[in-house]
Amino acid sequence: MNLLEIDNLSLTIGDTPILKGVELTIAPGEVVGLVGESGSGKSMTALTIMRLLPHLARAEGRVAFDGIDILAATEDQMCALRGDDIGMVFQEPMTALNPVKTIGEQVAEGIRWHTRAGRAEAEERARKILDRVGLPEAKFPLSRYPHELSGGQRQRVVIAIACALKPKLLIADEPTTALDVVLQAQILDLLRDLVGENRMGLLLISHDLAVVTEMADRLTILRHGEVMEAGDTARTLSQQSHPYTRELALASMHVPARPKPHLAGSAKPLLEVEGVGRDYPGRRMSLFRPAQPIRAVDDVSLTIEPAQSVALVGRSGCGKSTLARMILALDKPTAGTIRFRGETITGKPEPALRPARRDMQVVFQDPYGSFDPRHKVEKLVAEPLHLLEKQPATAERREMVAHALDEVGLGPRDMDKYPHEFSGGQRQRLSIARAIITRPKLVVADEPVSALDVSIRAQILDLFAELNQKLGIAYLFITHDLTVARAMADEVLVMHEGRIVERGRTGDVLDHPRSEPARALVAAAPDLHRAIARRLQEQG
Amino acid sequence: MTMRVDLPDETLAGVLAKAFGNRSFLTGLVITLLVAAIALLSFLWTPYDVTRLVIADKTQAPSLAHWFGTDHFGRDILSMIMVGARNSIAVALVAVGIGMGIGVPLGAFAAARGGMADEALMRVNDLVFAFPALLSAIMITAIFGPGAVNAIIAIGIFNIPVFARVARAGALAIWPREFILAARAAGKGMTRISIEHILPNVATLLLVQGTIQFALGILAEAGLSYVGLGAQPPMPSWGRMLFDAQTRMVTAPWMAIFPGMAIVITVLGLNLLGDGIADILDPKSRRRG
Amino acid sequence: MTAYLLKRLIIAALTLVLASMVVFAVMEVLPGDPARLMLGLNASADQVELLRNQMGLNAPVALRYLHWAGGLVSLDFGRSYTYSVPVIDLVRERIAVSLPLALIALALSTVIAIPVGVFSASRQGQAGDTLAMGAAQLGVAVPNFWFALMLIYLFAVWLRLVPAGGFPGWNAGVWTALKSLLLPAIALALPQAAILARVARSALIEVLNEDYIRTARAKGLPYRAVLWRHALRNAMIPVLTILGLQFAFLLAGTIIIENVFYLPGLGRLIFQAITQRDLIVVESIVMLLVAAVILINLIVDFSYAIVDPRLRGRR
Repeated sequence: MNLLEIDNLSLTIGDTPILKGVELTIAPGEVVGLVGESGSGKSMTALTIMRLLPHLARAEGRVAFDGIDILAATEDQMCALRGDDIGMVFQEPMTALNPVKTIGEQVAEGIRWHTRAGRAEAEERARKILDRVGLPEAKFPLSRYPHELSGGQRQRVVIAIACALKPKLLIADEPTTALDVVLQAQILDLLRDLVGENRMGLLLISHDLAVVTEMADRLTILRHGEVMEAGDTARTLSQQSHPYTRELALASMHVPARPKPHLAGSAKPLLEVEGVGRDYPGRRMSLFRPAQPIRAVDDVSLTIEPAQSVALVGRSGCGKSTLARMILALDKPTAGTIRFRGETITGKPEPALRPARRDMQVVFQDPYGSFDPRHKVEKLVAEPLHLLEKQPATAERREMVAHALDEVGLGPRDMDKYPHEFSGGQRQRLSIARAIITRPKLVVADEPVSALDVSIRAQILDLFAELNQKLGIAYLFITHDLTVARAMADEVLVMHEGRIVERGRTGDVLDHPRSEPARALVAAAPDLHRAIARRLQEQG
Repeated sequence: MTMRVDLPDETLAGVLAKAFGNRSFLTGLVITLLVAAIALLSFLWTPYDVTRLVIADKTQAPSLAHWFGTDHFGRDILSMIMVGARNSIAVALVAVGIGMGIGVPLGAFAAARGGMADEALMRVNDLVFAFPALLSAIMITAIFGPGAVNAIIAIGIFNIPVFARVARAGALAIWPREFILAARAAGKGMTRISIEHILPNVATLLLVQGTIQFALGILAEAGLSYVGLGAQPPMPSWGRMLFDAQTRMVTAPWMAIFPGMAIVITVLGLNLLGDGIADILDPKSRRRG
Repeated sequence: MTAYLLKRLIIAALTLVLASMVVFAVMEVLPGDPARLMLGLNASADQVELLRNQMGLNAPVALRYLHWAGGLVSLDFGRSYTYSVPVIDLVRERIAVSLPLALIALALSTVIAIPVGVFSASRQGQAGDTLAMGAAQLGVAVPNFWFALMLIYLFAVWLRLVPAGGFPGWNAGVWTALKSLLLPAIALALPQAAILARVARSALIEVLNEDYIRTARAKGLPYRAVLWRHALRNAMIPVLTILGLQFAFLLAGTIIIENVFYLPGLGRLIFQAITQRDLIVVESIVMLLVAAVILINLIVDFSYAIVDPRLRGRR
């Protein structure tokens, strides 16, 4: 008998249909992946199983867990199931734990509630499960508060809460999306082991085909609340018979065409970073000892040539974004010099930076946060024109904005809209339009595609490649995602704990990493090709 | 503590459509406009002349001739409430103006500069917060003697750190945003960014705080003139009317009831307006559906 | 003690010193000569000069400030110009009325507001919530001294349940004394409770939308348990902030309310002193109240650290 059976499930919130006739089954001990882009309804499917839906949601159809009709169960019955027979892990470890309670209290709470165990006994069990998820008591006593733990450690606590009572079904909703690739691999390993040990069913929800392929026996692909395809993971992905499956798979492996590759050593360097460091004042541990500064960036040197595309990769917190800000003169280095087109920009006052700023622009990660919602597109895209020696007249300015919009695939009429009228992908196009309007020589892009769905992501990467080819713009991509580096970069720099530990041609570094941090990154990075191959091999 | 500022992403038309569907906002707006209209009307016309004392008509109960009755000098309470509205509104409005005009630039500057400037401003804020408006009014009165201007100054001074705090907290939440970094990468300076990007985005917060301080100002003004530190007779003021009513509670309760209701309705209107604006412009309220 | 608590303590002390300078400066620029005021208009210039010397009024400003501030620390506020008794004696008997009144009102408003806030937040959008918040909306708009007049009219004039005003003194028995503080305390507390209940409700609703509430629900805790065990403590942080601010309003309110009920507290004393131009009394009471506000804010800062482990610093 199946552990979970979802039959013809439809869900509406208010008047908006969210799910339409979803079917899904999970057998005991089975790992099922639920894949889809944003808005496909995957999280809502999970919340329906937990019956933790928002207020105005109405569900129809049948959801049966272990013979219990979930949609008809009373709230008391659901409380008995949640945390005991069904555990759930969420996406955002930074906010998933109560900041004013210790991790011990939070893990033991569910145990006490369901088993009526005494405090001491519950704490003993909490200790055991925390130890099991990799938080041994010697280093992480029960009295720790969430803010004393890192994101990866907090996610382990959340997993401990979910698995404390060995549930029959574990639901993991994008459990690793907020983590870097190395942590992602560790957390996925942990989930796989826990599921194997206790013969739990696992519903793994993810937007990442590669992750799901590595983990799931079967997968279900959702789009706009409807199941597109469902079946055995290896077969579904190797055959790619459904057009949407094919589209997703292609998009997640997309490498844009760049017919004119960059030739190294061909010109004078555009950007030279020499021995740059950045210290932040540390947290004071005692009143009487001065605080130890935290070294975010330590003695970094690099060069970028005109039209060259360089990727700076590393785990979160390795200092890559700090370095990017210093290059953009938005932050001051505490050591070293940065030269742009041969001129030193470190320590220059703002007016003297204007020529450099004109030729050096930026694209940020968050397509929602990078525009002031109060202004229209014309004003927003035109913002860098402020740097020109001669301010263009209104008509000329509109002309320039229209041209920039055209270059990123948007129309001149988009000029009079507000940013919220655009989708995430379109906003990233706007971001790029703003970055290229002054015809810069260098664009620094900080995780420019990591907030986008795979299909949109492929389009934006194409746009970057096209502009590089057409306008000869050099790029510095800051990313933790090796597929971006592989798709876009001529050269890769690997950063670890503030230092650059490895550099070289993209293929060389990513295929034959030499340093330990680079090897860890490459090993942990999910790769769809590799995952499918491994699946097929396992099945013979 | 940090403050969460959710940036609204709506056009004017959308906001207006929502405004006219919001009950709080509409009720508040109607009441506020009504009170303002009555105050303006009092310049042109009142049922009776409030400066003329008609002792023969003293402490008359509400009647057709005097809807709200008369006071111990035979003055018409309705007319006095109408004229008193001017004083209340003027004092509260100017006090909000002082608070915003000085507090907002200070708060925005502190947030933009950070470091010592910020620290210094926060310490001055702490200092001013230690003096409730009534204490400032007492000290000012001790120097200059009582009067409506004292009330304005005392309430206005207390408003400065309130607005400085709101502006600073709002601005601090906006400064780390990526669109600010983009503006800096476009070479814009601290002042220009504050004016172009920061202030428009904290304006709604300030607007909501403005209505709250306006309402508090009306309450504070009434309190000050009640204890004799605000507007002086013969200028009618709601607080003073209540003071006169106090000793006549047994014989002429209407002297207390109607001016008090005037205060309650005015403050209620402003608070509803503020709640309404906050609701309309708060993206979270939309997400809740 | 953690760095956070130490910093708050230093800031509070600094604020107190600055506040005392402000109060001193204000009294410095006042017109009129205290010595002449005490001696009356018939005194000769020599007599006045003698008294000025005795009172230390001819010393340099800085010295006079230090002398005055030093006095404050040892609770020596100087002598009243009109009563010619130490100010501390006047203040001591009055504070026995004002302080209990403010504390009872604070306690009352908290005890009313928190349950109402929790009730409303847990029934968000339902009839009970709408009703409670409607009442709160009205309560916020009511000036406490007018509310006091209405209470007097209702309970003292009409129903004759409690005295309309006056204070029999603590010697008349604790219950009798408390009874005469009851109406003033309610008049002060209810409008404050309305504000606090609104803050508590919105803080709770905000917290109830947090991710960790979902985590707690996913553990199988019923909604009610999540509300009390997880949400309330997090919602206390903004509630504490408002509670601290409210104390300042309560003190100001006490001053006014005492005049409504003819209570012999600091409020009555300060207004008498103003009319008699007994400035040293005014100065002392203002300083005392300012110190009380600063102290309460310090207590609030300390309670943040109890509620929120993030402020307690790392181990």
